[in-house]
Amino acid sequence: MNWLHTIMILALAYVAVFLEGSLDWFRNVLGAQITLLPALMVYTSLTAGIGPVALLAVCGGLWRDSLSEDPLGVSILPLFFIGFIILRKRDLLLREHEIAQMALGLAAGAVFPLGTLFLLYNLGHGPVLGWMRLWEWVVGALTGGVLTPLLFGLFGRMRRAFEYPARKQSSFREDREIKRGRQ
Amino acid sequence: MLKKQHYITLVLVVLLVVALLSLPSRMADRLKLAISGLFLPLIGLAASTHEATAKAKAMLASRQDLLRENAALRAANQSLTFQLQAAANAFHENVQFRQMLKIPRPKQGALQFARVIARDPETWWRSVWIDLGSQTPGMRANLPVLTADGLAGKVVSVGETRSRVMLLGDPGLQVAVLVGPNRLNGTLTAGAAGARENNMLDIENLFGESPGRSVRPGDEVRTWGVGGVFPADIPVGWVVDVPQKDYGATTEARVRLSANLDRLEDVWVMILP
Repeated sequence: MNWLHTIMILALAYVAVFLEGSLDWFRNVLGAQITLLPALMVYTSLTAGIGPVALLAVCGGLWRDSLSEDPLGVSILPLFFIGFIILRKRDLLLREHEIAQMALGLAAGAVFPLGTLFLLYNLGHGPVLGWMRLWEWVVGALTGGVLTPLLFGLFGRMRRAFEYPARKQSSFREDREIKRGRQ
Repeated sequence: MLKKQHYITLVLVVLLVVALLSLPSRMADRLKLAISGLFLPLIGLAASTHEATAKAKAMLASRQDLLRENAALRAANQSLTFQLQAAANAFHENVQFRQMLKIPRPKQGALQFARVIARDPETWWRSVWIDLGSQTPGMRANLPVLTADGLAGKVVSVGETRSRVMLLGDPGLQVAVLVGPNRLNGTLTAGAAGARENNMLDIENLFGESPGRSVRPGDEVRTWGVGGVFPADIPVGWVVDVPQKDYGATTEARVRLSANLDRLEDVWVMILP
């Protein structure tokens, strides 16, 4: 199931990056493009290991950069750091709670463009910034917050469809059985 | 053990990123084209979905609407035919005058239709992908890209079946332009304030201003033709206002672009000899 889970994550990232480039609805309506990768990274780092986190960062980052004018590889590091930090601290996070997922998605959606911009400026490729960028940043963070719990729901359904249901633990324990009557 | 595995992965990812970022630009461009090639099945799927939707719409359109549209197109076609004849006569006269005055003919390019297949996912850049590649004869980098309304940008990299176009307003693209009837020259840039919202850009370094020769709102902006990429006299937009900067020491102009680059679907690539 682990491989299937990783493949599902990568397939979703692949389709999401393509839709980000080819769908103009959000751009035309909101004035900003939304991205699924930070939310997907939050989901991956909370449910999978370092391997899928690294794979998603590398593949998702490369796919995104290949469609963009960004230097190739610049999106990998911000994505990976989001996943790495959540992965290191995930035992302390209430990951089953939707509020926690939403807060992490919001933070990831806010950090990802900032990290990419930081790298771009350090590489000397700084784009033009204006007030519109602030609006795009807010929209990116909010959509990250909204999409993360939705991703948990989606993947939960997919996992239930592909996996055998977990065997329920019986509350019966032989050592606690009260034996009645004569032995 | 787990910690060690995490840190090894971190080091490997950082090394990969450093290696990718230090690739020579040509190699990075080729790698980008190769990786973006992975999206070809989805691009094909999107194109066929688009066609199927168009067919379904055509089937649903009423005969009355089609007849009305057909009549309007016939009228437009006749009007355009007259305009074409007038333009052909003017062109013929122009060629004769050039021969008489011994002025060389300007570069003439053939226009090739292209459909926009994807946009840059990052909103701080302005580029699109079009469905023309090196399979199209004459297709190469640094060719002008136009819409029916005016200049849109230039081709920056060419793959086999698709190319990337840098649009006006991208920080990497500057165009030499002439403004108004006085033909003052300047450079069209993305603008420091990010004025490209609302489809507007800045013209910086306006030269040739004097009390009798100034830029006014409403003046037309056209390409200058220097620099070797854009031929002269392609419409770019018109001046919206002329803010004074540095206490009037320098002049800039804000320009609204003729082509709506936010809703670009079809473009024309000018294949130059």
